[in-house]
Amino acid sequence: MSILVDENTRLLVQGITGREGMFHTEQAVKYGTKVAAGVTPGKGGQSVMNIPVFNTVKDAVKKTKANATMIFVPPAFAPDAILEAADAGIELIVCITEGIPICDMVEVYRYLKNPGTKMIGPNCPGVISPGKCKIGIMPGHIHKKGSVGIISRSGTLTYETVSQLTALGIGQSTCVGIGGDPIIGMRFIDVLELFQKDRGTKAICMIGEIGGSAEEEAAHYIKKHVTKPVIGFIAGQTAPPGRRMGHAGAIISGGQGAAGDKMAVMKKCGIKVCKSPADLGQTVAKNL
Amino acid sequence: MKIHEYQGKELLAKYNVPVPRGILVNDKSEAAGAARKIGGNVVVKAQIHAGGRGKGGGVKLARGAEDAERIAGEILGMTLVTPQTGPEGRLVKKVLIEEGMVIVKELYMSVLIDRQTSQVMIMASEAGGMEIEEVAAKSPEKIIKEYVDPVIGVKPFLARKIAFALNLEGEVFKQAIPFITNLYECFKREDCSMAEINPLVATNDGRLLALDAKIAIDDNALYRQKKSFEYRDLDEEDPMEVEASKFKLNYIKMDGNIGCMVNGAGLAMATMDIIKHSGGEPANFLDVGGGANEETIENAFRILLSDPRVKAVLIHIFGGILRCDILANGVVAAARKLHVSVPVVVRMEGTNMEEGHKILNESGLNFIVANGMKDAARKVVKAIQ
Repeated sequence: MSILVDENTRLLVQGITGREGMFHTEQAVKYGTKVAAGVTPGKGGQSVMNIPVFNTVKDAVKKTKANATMIFVPPAFAPDAILEAADAGIELIVCITEGIPICDMVEVYRYLKNPGTKMIGPNCPGVISPGKCKIGIMPGHIHKKGSVGIISRSGTLTYETVSQLTALGIGQSTCVGIGGDPIIGMRFIDVLELFQKDRGTKAICMIGEIGGSAEEEAAHYIKKHVTKPVIGFIAGQTAPPGRRMGHAGAIISGGQGAAGDKMAVMKKCGIKVCKSPADLGQTVAKNL
Repeated sequence: MKIHEYQGKELLAKYNVPVPRGILVNDKSEAAGAARKIGGNVVVKAQIHAGGRGKGGGVKLARGAEDAERIAGEILGMTLVTPQTGPEGRLVKKVLIEEGMVIVKELYMSVLIDRQTSQVMIMASEAGGMEIEEVAAKSPEKIIKEYVDPVIGVKPFLARKIAFALNLEGEVFKQAIPFITNLYECFKREDCSMAEINPLVATNDGRLLALDAKIAIDDNALYRQKKSFEYRDLDEEDPMEVEASKFKLNYIKMDGNIGCMVNGAGLAMATMDIIKHSGGEPANFLDVGGGANEETIENAFRILLSDPRVKAVLIHIFGGILRCDILANGVVAAARKLHVSVPVVVRMEGTNMEEGHKILNESGLNFIVANGMKDAARKVVKAIQ
C-alpha cells in the first residue's frame, strides 16, 4: 500500500508545454504514471506525447477526470496555477516550482484551507509510490516497492536515503518531498498521520533540516500518535546561524531552528536520530 | 536581502510611516551642512547591515554642525566591530545624520512571517530598545503577537488591539493606528521578509517615530521589486559569495579547508555535516543546483579554488536525472582547464555511475573516486593529512 498517490492517480501537468514540464512528463509516463492531461493557457487543443492539452484546469478535470496536478510553472505564475487547480477541485497539488515570493504563498495557503485541497511543496522534488505512480523530478529507477515511508524537506538527500535503502534491499511505500520553503502545504505532521494509517508502511524515515520548528512539532506528534518506528536525520548540523543554506526555509534565526535542538527534541520523543546521513539506511534496517 | 537603515526608512516614508528627518552623508565635509539643515542636536549613525552599531561606537550624538562634522569624520572610514559583525568588523562608508529628540517611551514592533501558522505576524512589546530574543527569553509575557488574515489585511481594529496592549494613550495612541496599518502595507507591497522597528519611539512633543528600521526584502520577490533590487550593497557581502551569485550558485563561506561542491541544499548541508563527523572542517556550503552542467561545474570549481585555505575538494553529486557520465566529463574538463593542484575526491551516484567512474579513472588526472557518502568524507579528510 501507499499514501497520496497510487495506480488510481490521474495526473494533470500544469506547464506541460515548457521544457521542464515536458521532460518530467515524459519521465512520469515512462515510470507508469497515468498522465491524463496537460494545461497551458492558450495552448488548448494541442497535445504533448499524445496527452491532450487544455486551456484551463477546469476543462481538463471535466474531460479527463484528472485528480492530481504537477506544477511546472515559473515562480511569478505558479501561485495562480495553484489557485486555479484548487478552484477546479483537484485533490492533490504537487508544486515543483522554486522561488515563489513568500507573500504570495501566505495568500495561497489561506485559500487552500477552505476547499481542503492537499498540496505538496512548493520547492520540492514531489511524491512517488514506487512501482505505482511518480509525480515530480526524482529519478524513478533508484526506488523499490516496499514498506518504508519517507518524508523529507530535501530533494537530493532524499534520493541518497532511498538509494541507501534500495541497496540494502529495503523498499519504500511512498516518498514525499515536502519542500524547502518556509511556507509549504503538507507538513511533516500531515504526512506522518497518513503513514501511521497506511497498513503498507512499517517504518517511517523523516529527514529534516535547520530552520523553523516543524521537526519539533512533528516529534511531539509522533510521541503521541505514531506507533511505527521513526528514524530521523537533521541536515545542517554545521550550518552557521543567520545564513540561508540554499533552501529559503533553511535558516537558524533568533536562536531558533538549530539542528542540535531539533535532534534533542526528536530523541526525547522516541525517534531514532542518526547523526550521520550515511547511517540512515542501516538504522532503518535495524528498526524494521 | 538585507538593506540599510536609511533605505528601510525611505521605504517606510513612502507608506507614510513616520521616520525622523535625516540626510545620508558619504563624506565628512557634507556632515556639517546636513546637520545645519536639520537643526539642533543630531545623531550620526553608521550605515552597515549588522546590528548592535551603538555598542560598537557607530551611533553618536552631535551637539551642532561642527560636532557633527567631527563625529562623521571619526565614524566614516572606521572598521566598526559589533556583536553581529564578527571580529573582522565592517568598513563604514556612509552615515545617516538624523534629528535628535527627547524620547519618552521606547517600544518594539516588527512584521514578519510566522512559519508555524503560515501567516504574517505583528509582534510588539513595551520593552523596546533591547534585543527581542532577549525579551522573549526573560519576559515572554511582554510580547504581543497578532496574526494577519491576508484576505482583509491589517484593519484598524487589529491596530487598536496592539496599541491598547502597548498601553498607549492620547495623541500617541491615535498615531499608532495608521502607523501599524501603514507598516503592514509597506511590508506587503514591498515584499519584505522582515520589517523590524526597534526602537519605535514616542517623543516629548507627542510624535511616534520609527527610530530604527531593520528591513529585509524577500529574495524570491526581487524580480518584481526593481527599486529594492538597486538597494543591494555588494560591499556588505563576501566577495566570493557575490561572484558565486553571478552564476546562480548558492555559496556560503565557512572556516574550514575542505571545499565542497554538491547538488541540492539538503545534501550540501549533509555533506558538510559528514565531513565534520569524519574529523574535517568544511570550507564552504555550495549547492550547484539540480541542472548542473559543464559550465556550472567549472565556475563552481573556480570559486572554490579561489579560497586559498582550500586544501582539498569534495565533489558530491547525486546524479538522478543528471547522468554521471556527463558530470564526469564536466569535472575532467574543468580540472584540466583550471590546472587543479589540490586533491579532488569525487562521489557520484545515480544513472550511468560506472561509466562516470571510468571517465574519471582514465582521465590521467588524480581524482580519488569514492563509494558512498561515508567513504567520500573519510577520503577527503585523509587527503589533507
